[in-house]
Amino acid sequence: MANLKEITRRIKSVKNTQQITRAMKMVAAANLRKAQNSLFEARPYTDKMIEMLGRIGEVTDITKHELLNVRDISKELYIVVAADRGLCGSFNAQVNRFASDTIDGVDSEASVIVVGNKAKEYFSYRNYNIIGEYVDLGDTIRYSKAQEIAEAVTTYYLNGLVDSVKIVYARFVNTMVRKNESLELLPVAPPERPPGIRIEYIFDPTPDKVLDELLPRYIATTLFRALLESKASEQGSRMAAMDAATKNAEKMIKQLTIQKNRARQAAITTEISEIVGGAEALK
Amino acid sequence: MSLIQLDIVSPRRLLYSKDVRMVIARAQSGEIGILPGHLPIVATLEPGVMRVKLEDESEEKIVVSGGFLEVSKEKITVLARTAELPEEIDVDRALQARERAEKRLKELSKDRVDQARAKAALDRAMARLNVIGRK
Repeated sequence: MANLKEITRRIKSVKNTQQITRAMKMVAAANLRKAQNSLFEARPYTDKMIEMLGRIGEVTDITKHELLNVRDISKELYIVVAADRGLCGSFNAQVNRFASDTIDGVDSEASVIVVGNKAKEYFSYRNYNIIGEYVDLGDTIRYSKAQEIAEAVTTYYLNGLVDSVKIVYARFVNTMVRKNESLELLPVAPPERPPGIRIEYIFDPTPDKVLDELLPRYIATTLFRALLESKASEQGSRMAAMDAATKNAEKMIKQLTIQKNRARQAAITTEISEIVGGAEALK
Repeated sequence: MSLIQLDIVSPRRLLYSKDVRMVIARAQSGEIGILPGHLPIVATLEPGVMRVKLEDESEEKIVVSGGFLEVSKEKITVLARTAELPEEIDVDRALQARERAEKRLKELSKDRVDQARAKAALDRAMARLNVIGRK
């Protein structure tokens, strides 16, 4: 049996670790709430944008637009969104594996834009063709970051460097559940026509002009939304991981305490028998 | 007189929601005024000041950094990158932005994209400063 001092030291160390994981869990919970809020608050904008795109689709043939036009695909670009930091359970591993599986599954030439340190590590280690990286996004996602990425990929697309752009990220379902997803970013998939009565809209200046303005924003917004989803998923996953770690530490402390008590009792028993033995010898 | 709901949404959140009497905005083709019962319209907005007439005839000015305006039967929706009420405007920041944009416009007269960007930044800064009455 391990000696008493050693076990006491061990308990202390586990307790320290538990304190850290508990604090990290709290931080993750607060961040999750924030991330969830910004995700929900961003929804009206995105929904409205999709609605508008649909409306323009009713009056003109939007599929002719250069950003909607489907070409033969020989070069694909994947934007992989993972976290900047670890300690969030299997979040990074899952999204990275899902992304690399998706990429390996296509015949065409594929390049990658990585978002987040963990995606960068994973894909650069495996020698994928990385053409862009965006790291250290922070806990609050900025729209300007999404816009920056959107502008870059749109330029690649229009210059014919790539024929399609997909974004791979973890969609936030709820705190415990997330879903890895590959979403078509370019060419823009025209939204389905909403059911119900068609209302004739006036477009100022013209439907095509509005479309020209709308599409870049639409792409940036879709990206922004994906980044927000990923962030919320990450925080959810981190919270769950830290919660599990705290619980594990609790279990470990319990076991070690039992061991410690046993060791203490054994020591006492030995001592008593020694005293009895000593007294016996004096007779 | 009837009212219509005006919502201004940015990618971040819903910025503004009020029942209003009239909205005057700068569309690409010129200023447009919208009263309740306007025909459905989708318009692109220029960066500038949007004037909103409230129920009690008072007027609010909102700085909008470009975007879209949609009028449907029941409400007006403005999709904007950002929008600010006069009291929310950071004067120093706007002044700095104007200076920066002006400098940039002088420096790089060649690159068309950069020029357009600087011009847009200048427009936004000017709109902000106009609203608070600083030139």
